[in-house]
Amino acid sequence: MAKIVINQDRCKGCLLCVSFCPKGLIKKSAKLNKKGLNFVEFDLNGECIGCMQCAIICPDCCIEVYK
Amino acid sequence: MEKIFTRPESLYDLPTHYCPGCGHGIAHRLIAEVVDELGIREKTIGIAPVGCAVVAYDYWNFDCSEAAHGRALAVATGIKRVHPKNVVFTYQGDGDLAAIGTNETIHAANRGENLTVVFINNAVYGMTGGQMAPTTLLGQKTSTTVEGRQKEKHGYPLKISEMLALLPGVHYIERVSFQSPGEVLKAKRAIKQAFRNQINNLGFSLVEVLSPCPTYWGLSPKESLDWIRDVMQKEFPLGKIK
Repeated sequence: MAKIVINQDRCKGCLLCVSFCPKGLIKKSAKLNKKGLNFVEFDLNGECIGCMQCAIICPDCCIEVYK
Repeated sequence: MEKIFTRPESLYDLPTHYCPGCGHGIAHRLIAEVVDELGIREKTIGIAPVGCAVVAYDYWNFDCSEAAHGRALAVATGIKRVHPKNVVFTYQGDGDLAAIGTNETIHAANRGENLTVVFINNAVYGMTGGQMAPTTLLGQKTSTTVEGRQKEKHGYPLKISEMLALLPGVHYIERVSFQSPGEVLKAKRAIKQAFRNQINNLGFSLVEVLSPCPTYWGLSPKESLDWIRDVMQKEFPLGKIK
């Protein structure tokens, strides 16, 4: 089983990870981070396959992938 | 659980000043990953451009210099000739490399300087407010071509990579894009090849990256990547040019 950890204070809410997650496990949060932007949240109960597509496309290097 | 993806050591753990969805962040990370993988952090010297990436040296954990607008390859030539054992690369945008710096670019390539160039093509001037760049596509709206670029008034998009490929001093030119995670990995392979060429003294290597500028294209970050795939890649086809 794999998982990702998102640095939510660093996230700028571009949502590229959301569009490329093949399992649809990343979602835009209704909350704001300290920059005042809607960050993204990861669904810990989902079946993450550790494909790293979210981390590869993230322009701000906010995502760490564990497998 | 083992960590399989994290920030490369050569990239400082700092927030960047780029807009959401900007391709510069991906390009910075790929260069840092390549420098780490090749084990050349202690001998790499980067040259930052003028443009959005003007403070790129703040983000990389290796030696960097700044150059006047467009003159990155002239500065890189001097540094490489004085320190031939160091790995010297320039990081330049389209306004820097293909407009004000065309002269320096063509002559550095023609001299066959043993340098690596990462050329970020986003088809606009990002830093100064989204004006038309030489690489702006026909029909593309920018703040100085409000009805779209017209060939009668503004000429055609400049294909600097194809032009440079004609020069005998150039060893390697490839055009890549950030249109999807798969293409980002191909871009990383091309950047690594360009650095390897310099380490093996093969001569001038340039990687042109089609990179998104959601702010000045007036699109969302995902729409910008789709625009690269559907529109920009037709004018600037991907692949190895030389």
